[in-house]
Amino acid sequence: MDASTVVGLSIQEARTLLDSRQVSAVELARASLERIARVEDRVRAFVSVTEDLALEQAHEADRRISEGRAAPLTGIPVQLKDNMATRGVKTTCSSRMLEDFVPTYDATVTRRLYDQDAVLLGKGNMDEFAMGSSTENSAFFPTRNPWDLDRVPGGSSGGPAAAVAASEAVFSLGSDTGGSIRQPAALCGVVGLKPTYGLVSRYGLVAFASSLDQIGPITRDVTDCAIVLNAIAGNDSRDSTSLNVDAKDYTDALASGEGSLKGLRIGVPTEYFVEGMEPEVEESTRRSIKLLESLGAEVAETSLPHTSFALSVYYILAPSECSANLARYDGVKYGFSDGEAESMWEALERTRGGGFGPEVKRRIMLGTYALSSGYYDAFYLKAQKVRTIIRREFERAFEEFDAIVSATSPTVAFALGEKTADPVRMYLSDVLTLPANIAGLPGMSVPAGTSEDGLPIGFQILAGPLKEETIFRIARAFEQASGWDGRGQGLPTVGHGTLVSPSP
Amino acid sequence: MTRITSDEIRHLALLCRIAMTDEEVEVMRDQMANILDNIDILNRADTDGVEPTGHSVALVSVMREDEVAPPSPIKDILANAPDLEGDFIRVRAVLE
Repeated sequence: MDASTVVGLSIQEARTLLDSRQVSAVELARASLERIARVEDRVRAFVSVTEDLALEQAHEADRRISEGRAAPLTGIPVQLKDNMATRGVKTTCSSRMLEDFVPTYDATVTRRLYDQDAVLLGKGNMDEFAMGSSTENSAFFPTRNPWDLDRVPGGSSGGPAAAVAASEAVFSLGSDTGGSIRQPAALCGVVGLKPTYGLVSRYGLVAFASSLDQIGPITRDVTDCAIVLNAIAGNDSRDSTSLNVDAKDYTDALASGEGSLKGLRIGVPTEYFVEGMEPEVEESTRRSIKLLESLGAEVAETSLPHTSFALSVYYILAPSECSANLARYDGVKYGFSDGEAESMWEALERTRGGGFGPEVKRRIMLGTYALSSGYYDAFYLKAQKVRTIIRREFERAFEEFDAIVSATSPTVAFALGEKTADPVRMYLSDVLTLPANIAGLPGMSVPAGTSEDGLPIGFQILAGPLKEETIFRIARAFEQASGWDGRGQGLPTVGHGTLVSPSP
Repeated sequence: MTRITSDEIRHLALLCRIAMTDEEVEVMRDQMANILDNIDILNRADTDGVEPTGHSVALVSVMREDEVAPPSPIKDILANAPDLEGDFIRVRAVLE
């Protein structure tokens, strides 16, 4: 087995190879590490590669498989976005502030993957503290889109989406505060799910905006997504916002979806065909909607009139929460610390001035402004009230419809550097994804073909709280009927004319 | 476009405890002004009689037994600290 074996490999395929003993977990880990070594100089999806740990965990996985106790993710190579705590492995948030930070405990999601003996390959690059839509805000280096290395992979989970698209990891976990799983999944042609707020524990996820943050899978196809959600979902006493819901097997929903969507009512909000949407994205979205209809779904136009306010609500609430959450970085207990300063206050200011990048500073400043006396009612409270209106609009829509569909991102992957000088233009990348965070709803992006230039386009499926099964049912039927299962549309060439890059 | 002044940015930077050069202050002022202009649209939403939402799910206080569990090893925690003296984290004087 060599690096070419892992190209396009899904969790289910890897499971079959492992369980039938055609491949050992160690061989699979080695092949993945070799694949990383071959393409990583171009893609740069990893902040760190944990080779020794991966091989150690793979040995453990092989033992478990040989004892006949394999779990669905035993021996499966995984990457984690670098804002999820991994004990003994640096967790940087792609920030100078946490460049050398080594967590003393595992995030709950990390623990749940380890419990199944999944194999950690390393940590995924991201926009610093998950703030951004292109991964260009990483303090270390930008990640590149495997479909076109001159373009961004989206963000903030750009490392995870690119790693899966480039077959560097079989799957990854991202976090989504305003679209940070779904938008990069769309731009990289993979599947990304933001679960219902509270379905997956946030314990050990470095906090950005606590009322919006949620962890979810980034996978090659819809079935893999269900397998990963099975592993990470569920109540956790260490996260008091985690929901007390019974464990489910989300792969059950897939079976019922095959072939037909009869009986499902799907709404298409007119407001989601936003100004500035690229014509090819709009055409693709309308084709995708037709496909759902052909599968038996009842499709109708609907209206979510307050959609145009969502961006403003988000850019008040997320920075406000971030300004409070990031107050903890003081250079005293851990993280970057400016050693030159004389006084306590000077040390604090220089540590934060030097440790945070421009976008993080911008959001802390904006949040502090929105929360300061005199502006609190006009900004923060006003945004919270409009949040209520947006939430109610969705509630009403879900009385009429089982799901709401749209494009995931108004554009395909854009060029590196194209939007970095204009924060507001960058913020518009998330205009179709952030309403789901504001309302706490689950949302998935599935591949919906490519543009004429060969760039992936994503299709978003939203459902009511804890209606992930509805999303899986629609997504799997869509994937099957369209043939866009993360392979049907081809795989990215990672800068080469062939699928498998030559040895270095 | 100058709905926010350089002095206000400097005051905010002080509240956030972020050191900024004059150049950074100017860039931040223009970018913040642009962002604020764009989020201004919110004032057009009619929110009379609408309750604010802090969390998308109804949150209740979660109670649990206060059980003793093994803490993270002290040496691992201290290994992240920038300045140590023995088993203590060294800080600059708070009161002088």
